[in-house]
Amino acid sequence: MIDLFADLVLLTDSTIRTATPLVLAGLAGLCAERAGVVDIGLEGKMLAAAFAAASAAAVTGSAWVGLGAGLVTSLLFAVLHGYVSISQRGNQVVSGMAINILVAGLAPTLAGAWFHLGGQTPLLGDEARFAALDWPFADAVADVPVLGALYSEIISGHNAITYMTVAVVPLVAWMLYKTRFGLRLRAVGENPEAVDTAGISVTRLRYQAVMIGGLLCGLAGTVLSTGLGAGFIRDMSAGKGYLALAAMIFGRWKPVPTLLACLLFGFVDALQGRLQGESLPLIGEIPVQFTMMLPYVLTVLILAGFAGRMVAPKASGIPYEKDH
Amino acid sequence: MPDDRDLAIETRSLTKRFGDVVANDGLSLKVRAGTVHGIVGENGAGKSTILKMLFGFYQPDGGEIRVFGTPARFENPAAAMAAGIGMVHQHFMLVEPFTVLENIMLGAEGERNLDEARRKARQALLLLERQFGFNLPLDKPVEELPVGVKQRVEILKALYRGAEVLILDEPTAVLTPQESEQLFALIRQLKADGKTVLFVTHKLNEIMAVTDDVTVMRGGRIVAERRTVDTSAGELAELMVGAKVARAKARETVEGKGVRLALENVSATDDQGHEALKGVSFEVKDGEVLGIAGVAGNGQTELLEVITGLRPVTGGSIAYEGAVVAAPGKVTDPISLRRLGMAHVAEDRLKTGVVESFSAEANTMLGYQREPDFSRHGILRLKALAETAKRYFESQDVRPRNPKLAIGSFSGGNQQKLVIAREIARDPKLMVIGQPTRGVDIGAVTKIHDQITEHRNAGKALLVVSADLDELLAISDRIAVMCEGVLVGIVPVEDADEKTLGLMMAGEKRKAG
Repeated sequence: MIDLFADLVLLTDSTIRTATPLVLAGLAGLCAERAGVVDIGLEGKMLAAAFAAASAAAVTGSAWVGLGAGLVTSLLFAVLHGYVSISQRGNQVVSGMAINILVAGLAPTLAGAWFHLGGQTPLLGDEARFAALDWPFADAVADVPVLGALYSEIISGHNAITYMTVAVVPLVAWMLYKTRFGLRLRAVGENPEAVDTAGISVTRLRYQAVMIGGLLCGLAGTVLSTGLGAGFIRDMSAGKGYLALAAMIFGRWKPVPTLLACLLFGFVDALQGRLQGESLPLIGEIPVQFTMMLPYVLTVLILAGFAGRMVAPKASGIPYEKDH
Repeated sequence: MPDDRDLAIETRSLTKRFGDVVANDGLSLKVRAGTVHGIVGENGAGKSTILKMLFGFYQPDGGEIRVFGTPARFENPAAAMAAGIGMVHQHFMLVEPFTVLENIMLGAEGERNLDEARRKARQALLLLERQFGFNLPLDKPVEELPVGVKQRVEILKALYRGAEVLILDEPTAVLTPQESEQLFALIRQLKADGKTVLFVTHKLNEIMAVTDDVTVMRGGRIVAERRTVDTSAGELAELMVGAKVARAKARETVEGKGVRLALENVSATDDQGHEALKGVSFEVKDGEVLGIAGVAGNGQTELLEVITGLRPVTGGSIAYEGAVVAAPGKVTDPISLRRLGMAHVAEDRLKTGVVESFSAEANTMLGYQREPDFSRHGILRLKALAETAKRYFESQDVRPRNPKLAIGSFSGGNQQKLVIAREIARDPKLMVIGQPTRGVDIGAVTKIHDQITEHRNAGKALLVVSADLDELLAISDRIAVMCEGVLVGIVPVEDADEKTLGLMMAGEKRKAG
């Protein structure tokens, strides 16, 4: 009983940690797609931000400079994606994939050229990363039954960006549903012509949405390399951008359901970590390769329609042209 | 002479070009304030273009627009709205999942805080609704509303933005007759409240029912302006069509006229499920051209589709060579019909007649790709295809003489010549042709007409639907007229002229005799 509780606490703690970049990237995709721009480049932007943040943090020794570098880098790629898909009316999926492929090659190459560590950045010390923040008395109350464990493991002990994420979710929801900007953003993803004839610039709105997505992706990437990890390693985003996209679809392009979907993915990921090397009753030990598949199998199942019909914003993925 | 200020909208020599095509050629339109003004014209007459300029979607290439006497330049729709012009588009500019309230306030929210903006908009709307007698469910998502109500949302949206002039682009195209009646009542109400309404349509009875003045457009020009009380649907129909075409080949007397195609009480619905054909009956005999006239959108498209196996009939039957090929629950597919000797030159060439991005060569076999001269065991015979295409190009004088080019890069006339060559090549017993010369240059028109007449003289049957009365008068033996899905009557070409056909197109039954 005690063991099971301790397991659950640890699982929850690890769920929150792994879900943090997913939630941020999921919301990034959500902002872009609600405005009608498909953002399959979440993965690439996240990886670029992870690299930039780790590099800047390694050079300056400051996590906050790292964060700034991560945000700016991701924002630049977002603007590039915006230029291709909004201004030039290019194919949004191709543009996003191009960013993914470009960054996957470019980041380790630059890392190799700058740091000579075989495509990684130097290991970051605690000063240079967003280390776990221990809340007051976390250690002192850790031994108090139940509540102590909840407080010290689940509430306390996360990095600053994870706490920011807790605030970002309601902030995005508020922006979408409680502001004029949000109304227009949602409208432009459904029927850009209606927005245009209402006298609002479709181009400007879509750029704004894509750039908000860029900033959120920057946060997601930064937490990967300077919060959860301690430096950039090759392919460290490991498909999280795509998982976030799947979570956004599962969450029906809505902030809170997207958060829940990300937590589910995070939980499955945490679970597979716990299951490695464990022997289960009846089944025995599951080979690592199979447990690691879990989040992706879940993604396939969800997207194959087992979670019901999911309707994307109507104008999503379609460049806006004035005349047909 | 009315003062400038009495004109809500005036255009002076307004011109718009798209490449070499002049869509609007020196239009001088005068819309008196406080009236309902109709603009009629066939598809492609340039109605949409002038509307888009009035609403700031397009910028004119020449001429000027005046609103209540003041020269205006609209860089975008917002500028037009600020000048008091509101537009209800043919395709609604509504965000389907949004509520009525959200749709109306979008772009005119005022407040940054949405709850506050909603509260203010609701107050203002309730006043406006009372003034004009609306009663819209403000908190219902638009997607749950019927079309007629959506249109009211659009109208209220324009009024909410302070529109003094309301432009309605083909507003009844999507409405049921009952909804249309309600719309007309609303238009009269708006006029009583001092608004100006510009009403664009190609349905003449609506013009007669609701407008004060009417402007007729044809081929990008204004061809007539009338007070509605001084004109008739017949005259307007005559003005809308037109364009003289010289008759070329003489029709010879053809012996032994068997019945090739017989329609009996055929009914069908359109894509929206509205009744488009209402009990249509006629016969086409061998050695004759039966022309079908009518203002566009009166069931001709659906008629072509039921005959060629593209649309099921909901009532009645169609017999080909005496055997029933279509009846409720029975559809003969286009391939089987082709094999029975029926060829189809589609009305909408780019949509159903050709594949725009394919080469002209590939297009010469479409519909016949399974025939042994084009393929064997599913493998295309490209050499034979190239030879066929070359033959068509020479016999039809298609230019440029390059069958490898995408057919979309040829002019409309050259495309049509190829399509006709393709369809006529197998010497069909019945040719069903929609708009034989739409978008076709004058030279090609004569050539196409000659081919139709030659085929007829060879004893074959032809059914030709055209929006161009002069064309039908030039090539038909008999002309049937359609109005609102009903076949109003059939006249031998000797007894037909534009006047009588015009009246019939407006729905007037032909007097016996």
